[in-house]
Amino acid sequence: MARELNLRADMRSEIMEINLGPHHPSTHGVFRAVVELDGETVINIVPYLGYLHRGFEKTCENKKYHQIIPLTERCDYMGASSNSLAYCLTVEKMLGVDVPERAQVIRVMMAELSRIFSHLFWLGTHGHDIGAMTPLFYMLREREEIMNLFELTAGGRLMPNYLRIGGVSQDLAEGFIEKLKTFTDHFEARVDEYETLLTKNAIYIDRTKGVGFLSLENAIQLGVSGPMIRASGKAWDIRKSEPYSGYEHYDFDIPVEKGCDVYSRYLVRVDEMRQSNRILKQAIKLLPDGPIRATVPGKIFPIQEDIYTKMESLIHHFMLVVDGCRVPAGDCYQCIESPRGELGCYIVSDGGSSPFRLKWRAPAFVNLQSLAKMCRGCLFADVIAILSSIDIVLAEVDR
Amino acid sequence: MNQDRIKEKLTEKFGSDILRFDSTFEGISVGVPPEKVLDVCHYLRDEAELKFDFLSFVAGIDHYPAQPRFEVVYQLYSVKNVQRMRLKAKIEDRDGNPPSIQSVTEIWRTADWHERETAEMFGIKFLNHPDPRKLLLPDEWQAHPLRKDFPLEGTEEDTPDLPS
Repeated sequence: MARELNLRADMRSEIMEINLGPHHPSTHGVFRAVVELDGETVINIVPYLGYLHRGFEKTCENKKYHQIIPLTERCDYMGASSNSLAYCLTVEKMLGVDVPERAQVIRVMMAELSRIFSHLFWLGTHGHDIGAMTPLFYMLREREEIMNLFELTAGGRLMPNYLRIGGVSQDLAEGFIEKLKTFTDHFEARVDEYETLLTKNAIYIDRTKGVGFLSLENAIQLGVSGPMIRASGKAWDIRKSEPYSGYEHYDFDIPVEKGCDVYSRYLVRVDEMRQSNRILKQAIKLLPDGPIRATVPGKIFPIQEDIYTKMESLIHHFMLVVDGCRVPAGDCYQCIESPRGELGCYIVSDGGSSPFRLKWRAPAFVNLQSLAKMCRGCLFADVIAILSSIDIVLAEVDR
Repeated sequence: MNQDRIKEKLTEKFGSDILRFDSTFEGISVGVPPEKVLDVCHYLRDEAELKFDFLSFVAGIDHYPAQPRFEVVYQLYSVKNVQRMRLKAKIEDRDGNPPSIQSVTEIWRTADWHERETAEMFGIKFLNHPDPRKLLLPDEWQAHPLRKDFPLEGTEEDTPDLPS
């Protein structure tokens, strides 16, 4: 019939450029990448960011210090209380405020709940990207319980806006500790359940072992931190090396794997959930009585009972809401271990009531740089696995 | 090793006339002239006792209308010694001479995206940067949003796509 297709003579090899995103179910947000392929093998991947850039740092220069707390929570909406913790710690260091013990323990509880919250979501979506859809539905169960706990603290399920400069906004509600205790009692068994789905699953191991190799040397050069560097063999956790908010009083291990691949990152995050549960159990036992916010008139909001009864507290509250608190001039950098890595807040103050410059060191932004390094030479399907193992939240990447 | 030792070693190597030590709320910061940044950074990363091999971020600050107008801040961390320090370089903004500084991408590869973001937000040129494209902002924008003379809402000429 038709002429024979003379394939041999016409066969050329070209590099094909494929556009990934910004609307894509597996990129976890509006993330665009142009992938250069030779057949199925990836030659290069060039990310294009900025689809969720909202001008966070510029907005912060125009807001009072207390008004920035809800904004920071919206940077990484998966682990919201970690963000406001990093910010509040920075401002407290500049003001020279000591947070009372009860508030520190409550903050640790919120931070660890945020970590479990974020890792559960990562587990579900990562499994979904690989093709295992069951973990997604399982983890929604635990996340619902955690969101109920967040709601009890200050009303918001995802971004509770519970932390304040100097402590927390209000004391724990009735029934919070009992609910938290019920949660921590059964959470270990649930993590074991999740592990039965993926850890020894032949298909999962095949798709993730040896994929996305990032050596320790490259990780340090690329500024990678958090579970990614722990999966490359370095036992570096800021909660242990530079403790903040009372973390030195808790007994927990740092999960480390030497595989440097996607499978190791999975193992590290699952074990981190177990360690967070351990910390929560200790926090419930350690919780002391006492004030939930420091008392520094003119800088820290007075507690609600005082505002109703004392005249000075009412005046201070009014002045703080209208004028904001003045932070002494200078600069400060404070970092914490967020679920994604080293989350840091760098504030430059000129003595006024708004930051002169606020720089948000977002771990997802820095970790995403390693995508190109890890993807070169792998198959296209592995790109999705590697991207989900970095655990990015676009709101943090783009700010 | 503590912050005083960092001061000692730097003064020993570079002399105290080019270095400017300030104290911050959590340690020291070292101010260097922009021409010396590459030398100081090489020393900080490679020197056996200091070993600052992890760059947390590179940020820009705009001090408008004070001169020198721009400041580039490098936050360093030593993984082995668990030490942090800050390096700052002040850059002038003179007419006909756009602010520029050497890129430290050859020393810490993570500086790549940090410098791209600082370049587009402040208009600072990073010399010898491997990929000086815009990162977060649309390619058509000519304005530099984080400068102090750029209003928060944007302007009609520079950013017509923003809602007014």
